[in-house]
Amino acid sequence: MSTLTPAAPQNSGPARPTSPTALNTGSRAARRRGKARMDPTRNNTAAGIAAWLLALLFAVPVLWMVLTSFHSETDAATNPPSVAANLTLDAYREFFGETSGVSPWPSLINSATASILSTVLVLLLAFPAAYALSIRPVKKWTDVMFFFLSTKMMPVVAAILPLYLFARTVGALDNIWFLILMYTSMNLPIAVWMMRSFLAEVPEEMLEAAQIDGANLLLILRKIIAPVAMPGIAATALICFIFSWNELLLARVLTGVVAGTAPVFLTGFVSGQGLFLAKVCAAAVVISLPVLFAGFAAQDKLVQGLSLGAVK
Amino acid sequence: MTTATARISRPGHNAANPAREAKSRERALAWARRAPLLPALVFLILVTQLPFVATLVISFMNWNSLSPDKTAFAGLENYATVLTDPDLRQAIFTTILLTVSVVLISLLIGLGLALLLDKKFLGRGLARTLLIAPFLVVPVAAALIWKHALLNPTFGLINGVLTWVWSLFGSAEAPQLDLLSQAPMMAVILSLVWQWTPFMMLILLAGLQSRPMDTVEAAQMDGATPWGIFRHLTLPHLRQYLELGGLLGAIYIVQNFDAVFTLTAGGLGTANLPYAIYQTFYFANEYGLASAAGVVVVIGTIIVATFALRTVFSLFKKEAAR
Repeated sequence: MSTLTPAAPQNSGPARPTSPTALNTGSRAARRRGKARMDPTRNNTAAGIAAWLLALLFAVPVLWMVLTSFHSETDAATNPPSVAANLTLDAYREFFGETSGVSPWPSLINSATASILSTVLVLLLAFPAAYALSIRPVKKWTDVMFFFLSTKMMPVVAAILPLYLFARTVGALDNIWFLILMYTSMNLPIAVWMMRSFLAEVPEEMLEAAQIDGANLLLILRKIIAPVAMPGIAATALICFIFSWNELLLARVLTGVVAGTAPVFLTGFVSGQGLFLAKVCAAAVVISLPVLFAGFAAQDKLVQGLSLGAVK
Repeated sequence: MTTATARISRPGHNAANPAREAKSRERALAWARRAPLLPALVFLILVTQLPFVATLVISFMNWNSLSPDKTAFAGLENYATVLTDPDLRQAIFTTILLTVSVVLISLLIGLGLALLLDKKFLGRGLARTLLIAPFLVVPVAAALIWKHALLNPTFGLINGVLTWVWSLFGSAEAPQLDLLSQAPMMAVILSLVWQWTPFMMLILLAGLQSRPMDTVEAAQMDGATPWGIFRHLTLPHLRQYLELGGLLGAIYIVQNFDAVFTLTAGGLGTANLPYAIYQTFYFANEYGLASAAGVVVVIGTIIVATFALRTVFSLFKKEAAR
């Protein structure tokens, strides 16, 4: 019977581009490794309690921010803190400009525009580049990789003045499109590195088989590369979105009243006095929500992305 | 005759052609391979390298936009000012102190958390998620929360909790902290450590989970103590991950602007170089000086980056060899 099994793969089973076996072996092996590590004989209660206490300690500022945002201003500013005070949406109404008339919506829309469009641009530029660095690599592709990385190591402050002067000269100050280009260049090196690492996970045999079958490039991209690399590409997009959404220095220097982003709007709360703590917390919650969603959505690939693919 | 010569010359012609054809085909192929790379490469050179060249040029100029008629070549004067001006020297020192302390402290705490999370316990996934949360708060928002909701001397949570704990013991004289004005640097470091520890923890946890367990099990069988295993097996394996986390963290924290801007507005000796440069060009309009300071940051970053690149490269080669 055993002599029969080697013949079975001749049905081009593992060579088929969409074969589930080829896709799953990696994760299955990882799961097996994970199982071996879960040593049931060891008593981890102490470690668990310590981890939970520390986790709660780290989460307290976030939880406190959320709780305070649902308190009234008078309950928010007490010493000792009024943990069990009545909950209200007043702070959110205030943040959205109920009495002041200053709406955060333009800045939120600017942030969304800048983050989403720059992420789309980054993906459009980085995907072909990552392809030329992994699947059909150019000569000296490692040198190119390190050039990309080295641009990320140059601090923004070292280039911001010429960019500011350029924008002022051509009238691009306070223009969201200029900011979009800046964010694209800011995230492009990271995206190229992340995507390369995700594309490199596409099994060689699958690509070769597809080429022997005479599949064209578009078909290969759609049927082989996309299914394997899609979670990675999505994670790359989410991480680029987060970095753009968070950015303050470029936005503060290059934008003003018209194109100001959400972090720039938040700087209005830096020196605020009086009873506005609940409003600050509401603002912080609203503006952090997209990042929290994006981050938790990318959680599985977050490490690989943030370490530029160096850590799996 | 003509047909004959044509026929004779053909084989020779044919022999030369394939070689040339092959060469041009090879070149076309090489360009076809390069083509997908070019848009990204050209874009990046235009947007990052060109401005830096401009910064270099401006750094050698005496240029204050408030007195444009005095614009002139200044030689190394701006660099001399960067290294001698007490404020800018303080900014260099602050940048180093901030980067080193935040990286080291968050690496240490991150290591402890990663070691705990490497064990299996009830609700591990949820604990991990809670621990990532600080990293997923917009940095300006996080700095605002620290400034107003946690560190505020009259109604911040930290002093509030002190009051509450002391009142449990019947005392109305709880100690009250005012980090923002008494130890502003500590306030900045505290908020940044809070944000960056999750990053370090994630990288170190991934490192721990890639540890070959068979050697650990063999060591356990041989009667090695947990400390011995940590010291001689886990730590050497984690070295690369510690370096990677530290250096990636350093690259981001050297450039930090948000926390300094929000928490202290650069006051009381907390202005790091990015903040000082921002002030020098945005408010003081000293373009030449700001550019020279920018070049100094780049030089410092290059020194750190050479180490960073080496570490990333060794991990990268390992992965490529797999």
